[in-house]
Amino acid sequence: MPHDVVTPSGTAPIVELRGASRHYGPVVALSEVDFACHAGEIHAVLGENGAGKSTLMKLVAGVVQPEPGEVRVDGHPVRLSSPRVALEHGIVCMFQELSLAPDLSVRDNVLLGARSTGLGFFSYRRMHDVRALLDRIGGESIRLTARVRDLTLPDRQLVEIVKALYREPRLLILDEATSALNASVVERVFTLLRERRDAGLGVLFISHRFHEVEALADRISVFRNGRHVETFDNGRYDYGDIIQRMVGQSIDELFPPKASVDEVPGEVVLAVDGLTWNGRLHDLCFNVRAGDIIGIGGLDGQGQITLLQALFGVLRRVDGAVKIGERVLAPENPRIAKQSSTGLALVPEDRKTEGLIPHLSIAANLELAQLGHDGPGDADFEALAAELELKCASFAQPAAALSGGNQQKVALMKWLALSPRCLLLADPTRGIDVRTKTQIYALLRRLASQGVAVVLLSTDHEELVHLCDRVHVFYDGRIVSTLAGEELTSEAVVSASLDSGAAA
Amino acid sequence: MNLPKPGNPRELLALVCLVGMVALYFGTHPSGPTTYVMTIWANQATILALVAIAQFFAVLVRGLDLSVGAIVALSNVVASHLLSGSAFEIAYGTLAVLVVATICGLVNGLLIVFGRLQPIVATLATSAVFGGIALLLRPTPGGTVDYDYADAMTLDVAGVPTALILMLVIVLGFWLPLRRTGFGLSLYAIGSAGEAAWQSGTPVAGVRIGAFVLAGFFAGLAGLFVSFVTTTGDAGIAPTYTLNSIAAIVLGGVALRGGVGSLFGAIIGAFILKTIAALMFFSGLPPLAQPFVEGLILALAIAIGSIDVLRMRHRLEVFDR
Repeated sequence: MPHDVVTPSGTAPIVELRGASRHYGPVVALSEVDFACHAGEIHAVLGENGAGKSTLMKLVAGVVQPEPGEVRVDGHPVRLSSPRVALEHGIVCMFQELSLAPDLSVRDNVLLGARSTGLGFFSYRRMHDVRALLDRIGGESIRLTARVRDLTLPDRQLVEIVKALYREPRLLILDEATSALNASVVERVFTLLRERRDAGLGVLFISHRFHEVEALADRISVFRNGRHVETFDNGRYDYGDIIQRMVGQSIDELFPPKASVDEVPGEVVLAVDGLTWNGRLHDLCFNVRAGDIIGIGGLDGQGQITLLQALFGVLRRVDGAVKIGERVLAPENPRIAKQSSTGLALVPEDRKTEGLIPHLSIAANLELAQLGHDGPGDADFEALAAELELKCASFAQPAAALSGGNQQKVALMKWLALSPRCLLLADPTRGIDVRTKTQIYALLRRLASQGVAVVLLSTDHEELVHLCDRVHVFYDGRIVSTLAGEELTSEAVVSASLDSGAAA
Repeated sequence: MNLPKPGNPRELLALVCLVGMVALYFGTHPSGPTTYVMTIWANQATILALVAIAQFFAVLVRGLDLSVGAIVALSNVVASHLLSGSAFEIAYGTLAVLVVATICGLVNGLLIVFGRLQPIVATLATSAVFGGIALLLRPTPGGTVDYDYADAMTLDVAGVPTALILMLVIVLGFWLPLRRTGFGLSLYAIGSAGEAAWQSGTPVAGVRIGAFVLAGFFAGLAGLFVSFVTTTGDAGIAPTYTLNSIAAIVLGGVALRGGVGSLFGAIIGAFILKTIAALMFFSGLPPLAQPFVEGLILALAIAIGSIDVLRMRHRLEVFDR
């Protein structure tokens, strides 16, 4: 690029990449990218998984260096050799892989590595700032002395955000920073970010939630296959146009059509009556029929995930009746839950720790669910992989080498191979790209049409509304609202989640 | 007193056990809780406590230091050569012992960080090297340590064993302040989640080396204390100290996976272990059965620390511990 990129105010961008490339072995992650991010601007980066977004962030945050290529800060070429060096330039990154130390308190995590901390004595003087920040973005219940290990995922993300802001960045990088947060908290975070932007903060923002990007970004850059496709002001293109730029082709419908209302309802596969556990689930009653996709929604941590775990036998001493078909069932452990006579499968929330064993090969991961299963052992993984368009060099690759979306496909495949009658899914599309989401939606609809009962926990309201036949909204371990048909709208889901929150 | 944070229940449990055992020991000891009995008990426990502190720093950053015992032996041997003569010579000798031990720790740290070796492998190798040097310097036990100096460090001040005062000084004058430094914070962060610490801008390499340097330093202090107690040098004492230091920190609530525990816990663990041994000595058990019973008690004590797993109603939390 021959000219310096200059903002309207005439200053050089905080960070600028020139001809930046990055290879991992033979894989090209980023190819000759020119990119700039300015002060006082919220700049969203969109792209499918594998488009190079994360590599871009890592370049800017000092985790990796361009080879070849140049990074400029305030117009001067620099070498960001570590996150520490980036921090010294005022660049702070909040990583998708949580950068908190689980055994340390919230307070110590915020202080860790901050410029004011150093290696010598530090003080807790500025802790009231941290308290105030946490309170502002919905973390009133987080104690500063609590261990991060004991916090829920959404709370950890809030701590991450506060930790990043505590460093007083000039450029803040948010990589899927809000993926586990619910809509009302996200709005509070956004209000804070807009305020900081108006005070001159530059923000680089990656999110797969399109409405978040639309709500927050001033400018949007689209990446595809490691290349920078286009940068434009937010609002210039509509949703369809942007999707088209991201995937290089048009996606007419993200969601598959729902089953028609006229269809005869299937038999009840899963009947839950009075399910109660340990003061965290209260008297839950609902049925799931063959062919249904049942949504589980609500604010975070209202017992949704606990319900799935209770059904799958992860919890001890669950009260209430659960029937699978005609059989009364008390799954005592996942081994019983997955037998073909029961036919349950649970794809857990966190694919990195619960869904997969990342350093094992794809093949080994796929076989894990088969262990101790009484069904036929020779599942056709090749066919499943082809159907889901799993992108991998071979099944011998470690699962960790796959992108997030492909990891999720492996986590799904390993359970689908058991041909479950009832599939329990915990937020299967969190933090994965549009195309993979579409594939998963289509797969779930197809499974439902083949008579599988699907229970889908989701934090994405669009998903609940457009994919599910019926949605149960949770609050404090109870179902507070059940929405179906015409009533099932985004507004209804949000208000059911919130109103019950206000009433309690 | 601002003792350990209540965040580690195992540490608290260990403290309660220790108090109980100590009461039992002094209650049943034939001569009762005299200063003399206390001093001997405290001296024995302090040697192990210092080694445990050394091991604690290595384990805190996800390392296991198999060379602490060898550094103790080497320091002890160096001390047996240097800790005699004029006051100036003794002071110089003390410093030299600690410098030697600290260099040993530095070598470990450099090998692990820049040689990219697993700590357990690197320190297995260096333990042979350090132990070998100790043997070269003193092939058979011998040498002397200035008696006045040794007495000063191993007797008592106004009825309180000097060794206990040393422990108190280390906790109050070194450990508590260290917890309030960025370095102390980084030690925990690296042990808890190394990648996260690096991404947070912590100088991980330097801090890890620092942890092993501290391990060397405290192993050196332990070697000095051995010399004060035995007043001779013996190159063959390494293995017991290494193994007991690991047992001690586990008893004291330090997690072997790193990031959890405290120096205070390491001290408690060491004192428990030595008190068990002392109780055993007066229990009337046949001497040959004592290691067996001691091992049983140790296994039981560690198992008690995990007993809350049985109460857990959420099975996934068991894996998350």
